[in-house]
Formats: sequence, structure tokens, C-alpha cells
Amino acid sequence: MAQKQVSDQPSVQELIAKSNSKKQKQMVEKLIPTILFLIASISVLTTIGIVLTLIVETIIFFKEVPVFSFLFGTEWYPFANKEPAFGILPLIAGTLKVTVIAVIVAVPFGIGSAIFLSEYASDTTRRIIKPILEVLAGIPTIVYGFFALTFVTPLLQQFIPDLKIFNALSPGIVVGIMILPMIASLSEDAMSSVPSSIREGALAMGSTKLEVALKVVVPAALSGIIASIVLAISRAIGETMIVSLAGGSTPKFDFDVTGSIQTMTAYIVQVSSGDAGYGTTIYYSIYSVGFTLFLFTLVMNLIAHAISKKYREEY
Amino acid sequence: MVQSLENGSNTLNDTSGIVYNTQQLNLWYGNHHALKDINLQIKENEVTAIIGPSGCGKSTYIKTLNRMVELVPTVKTSGKILYRERNIFDNDYGVEELRTKVGMVFQKPNPFPKSIYDNIAYGPRIHGIKNKKILDQIVEKSLRGAAIWDEVKDRLNTNAYSLSGGQQQRICIARCLAIEPDVILMDEPTSALDPISTLKVEELIQELKADYSIIIVTHNMQQAARISDKTAFFLSGEVVEFDQTDVIFSTPEDKRTEDYISGRFG
Repeated sequence: MAQKQVSDQPSVQELIAKSNSKKQKQMVEKLIPTILFLIASISVLTTIGIVLTLIVETIIFFKEVPVFSFLFGTEWYPFANKEPAFGILPLIAGTLKVTVIAVIVAVPFGIGSAIFLSEYASDTTRRIIKPILEVLAGIPTIVYGFFALTFVTPLLQQFIPDLKIFNALSPGIVVGIMILPMIASLSEDAMSSVPSSIREGALAMGSTKLEVALKVVVPAALSGIIASIVLAISRAIGETMIVSLAGGSTPKFDFDVTGSIQTMTAYIVQVSSGDAGYGTTIYYSIYSVGFTLFLFTLVMNLIAHAISKKYREEY
Repeated sequence: MVQSLENGSNTLNDTSGIVYNTQQLNLWYGNHHALKDINLQIKENEVTAIIGPSGCGKSTYIKTLNRMVELVPTVKTSGKILYRERNIFDNDYGVEELRTKVGMVFQKPNPFPKSIYDNIAYGPRIHGIKNKKILDQIVEKSLRGAAIWDEVKDRLNTNAYSLSGGQQQRICIARCLAIEPDVILMDEPTSALDPISTLKVEELIQELKADYSIIIVTHNMQQAARISDKTAFFLSGEVVEFDQTDVIFSTPEDKRTEDYISGRFG
């Protein structure tokens, strides 16, 4: 108090009262929600626009091809001159073969790596390995596609002589390798965020490290782990380049993974790269396939949401 | 300070009924010498309180007793801790084996993010008890032992995190009782609790004394005076004085103990 009276300087409170910076800030503060709302609505509107386009074009497709024969048809011959067949099951089979193989490869290795990184690795090891994993996730898929076609397929042919040059196995494995870092990295995040006090509680009961990891940390991080797996599955379903390059273009409704297949995405690529003219049934068929693909990922996300809600262990 | 230990009550020189015999224990965190020449004998079926100002090494000491302190990678130790006459630092003494005998309750309640039932059944399960009937019995017995059965018996399947902090801490005590340990280590078990929950936990400790040896670290000197049989006063990594609690709180031998318990520092 004494200082204030001695000094010629006005008090800080007076300076604050004189300054009008707060008023300008209040203006900005009022505008910010509107601006942010506009930015947020752009992405929402874009999504709605895409879905609407898909629906509109799909409806046109269904005027020419009955919904029932599209959903339950086991033959897909869009380019046949006489009687083209638009049964989507062969394409779904192709997509599912690749996805299932990818998941079989990626889930055990991904979660295994996550457990290692989160529970066993030293800080230094983790600091080195995690960025490498993330780089792996950034490799362009065309590179993976070439890797599948020119390396993995010939390698597999050493063991499976019947394996065709285009098949489901090789791209499936490579898609698995592609989504593995995603599962590993996101699951590791989920496990690392389990509080260490919970680990200590388990260790103090005489648990081994493995018991702590499998019976305490993994269940506690389960919702995050499931979310990572579902995200990875969604990516596998939507993966295009690897399956276009190494999977072939022979849609078949069967369980054979050694022969040529065609996935939904690979079909869209095939048609989009110039095999069909605008306005033809084939042209509209890519929208119906795209819409099916969209439904697949949507359902996956809903399932993930439900599962992670059910198994959530709150801490 | 070693003298005060040996000159203490006669019971301290009697080696029968001793659970923990600490001999010349030294501990370093990297270059920091956290425990210096600790010699302590802890008797069974007693409550031993460890008091001292922050950073005096009391938490470090209690965590050394079940070797949880080794989770800090830079820790080095020397000397011996004999648990039931066996050195816990021996190479062939597995930490899991030790921790199955010596339970621990932590400062902050740390139940597993599982149901109340699964929290209590965790210990028996990892040690190989699978029979549902036996597990049911263990869960009930442990929850009763921790004086929380009546509060949770109708919602054993709800997540333990839905309980209040005090209830969570008693769940942690019940979890510890479920494997019927020999010793229970408590690291400031009431510091995160409200006074009523604290009182409940203190009463519980008194009851548990009949069946378990309890070593409790506490910041709260009144608590040490209320619940413990013996008290050790730690200062800067050394045991200044260790004696019957009533002696420590009425006629301490060391000036520093007197200063601390009369609130002159710490």
C-alpha cells in the first residue's frame, strides 16, 4: 500500500481499467463459437453430401437391378455382354477373405507388441520402437501392394505350390502387416494409460508380470484395444491398392484363399479406371458397391461402440 | 540409535515371534542414500507404526519389505531383511512368493477396474484357486474381515470404482485379506480418506491385529498413538528411535523424537 502512494506510476488496477484489450477479446470470444461451428459443420455437411450422393446413385442402380438379386446373388459378371449379373456376395467374399486373414495376422502380433511395449520394454526401447511402428503405418499402400505381389506371393508359392499369382492369402497377410502398427500403437496407448497404481496393486499380491499384463492391464484397457482392432478392420475392409495389385479381379463366392479374388474396393478401382461409360448400369454399380462398403464400416463402428461400452472397465 | 533399540524393552531382544528382522539395511536411489544402516525387529501380531517427516524414508522402508521398491530401476540395496528368518534378497527367494505372504495396502485406494467380487477373487485366482464355491466363501470372509460386507453384499457385481474412497480402501484391504497373508504392509492407508472412513479403517486395523502382523506408515502421529503397539521414528533415512508406542509418545529418549512428536518440526 505504501509503495502505491510513493510511486508516480498509476496502479496496476488503473492500468487494467484503462486498457480496452478485454473488450476486444470479448468481441472475439463471442464470434469464436460461431466460427468454430461453421468449421465443424463443413465436415459434417461433407459427410452428409457423400452419403446422399451414394444413396441417390444407388437408388438409380436399383431401378435397373433388383435389390434382392444384388444382395443375395452369388455371381458378379458386370461385363458380360448377354446377361450381366450383379450379385454382390462374391465381392463381399473377396473383401472378407482378405480382412479375416489380415485380422488373424494383425491382432495377435499387434496386441503382443502392445503388451511388450507397454509392460516389458524399457523406456529407451519404447522410445525407439514406437516411432518405427508409426513409420510403418505411414508407408504408402502401393508399396505394400508391390511387396505383396513381388515378394510375399513368390515366397508363399515355395510352400503352397497351388497358390495362384493373384490370390487372397498374400494381400491378406500384407494388409495384416499394414494394420498391425495401428493396433499395436493404439493398444499400447490404451494400456499405458492404465494407472500404474493398479499394476502395483496386482504386483503386491504376488502376481507375475504376465498375470498383471493379461489379467489386469489388458482388461482395463479393453475398450481401447477393441477400438483399435475395429479401426484396423475398417481400414482392412476399405483397403484398395494392395488388393487391386495382388488380389486379382476374379470375383468368386467361395472360401478358397489360394485363387484370384476381387474385393469391393478393387472392383470400384477397376471400373473407375475406365472400363465403363457414364450412365451405364456398371457405372451406377460402383455406387451400390460403395454404399455397401460404407454400411460395412458403419456397422463395424456401431459394433465397436457397443462392445467397448459393455466391456469398459472404468478407472 | 542402535543403542536405544537394544536398550528398549526386553521383548525386542526375544527372537521368537519375529516376522521381520532388518539388519544393516542400506538403500540408494541412484546416488541418493535413502536408507542408512536400518536395524529393526518387527514382531508378529502387533501393529508397528513408522512415523517421520516427508522424505525420511519411511515409505521406502515399507516398500523394501515386499521388494516393491525395486520397481524403481535405479534402486540398490545392501544388508539383510530376514522375513521369518529367510533373507528376502536371496537370489532363490522369488518376489511373487514373498508378496503372497506379505500383503500391501497403498496410500491411494487402487482397486482393479473390475467388479467387487473379481477384485477380491483376483488374488486367490492367480494363486490357483478356481473352485467357485471356495471363491464365494473367500470373498464373503474377506469382505466381512474388512468390515465392508454389509455395505456391498447386494452389489458384488458392480464396478469397485462406483464405491466411495473409504469403501474402495476397505475393498483393497479385503483384497489383501483374500490370500490370508502373514503380514500386511500399509503405506499411509488413510491419507486420502475423510475422517469417518479413517476411523473405520483404524478400527479395522485393531481387529486385524489378532490374525495379522501389521506395519503401517503414517503421517498422522495421533493415528500412530491410537493404533500401534510399537513405533519407529525415521529421520533422514535413519531410525532415530524404536520402542513401545506409549514410551515414544510419553518419554522418548532422543531429543529429535521429542521435537517431532511435539510438533516442533515435520
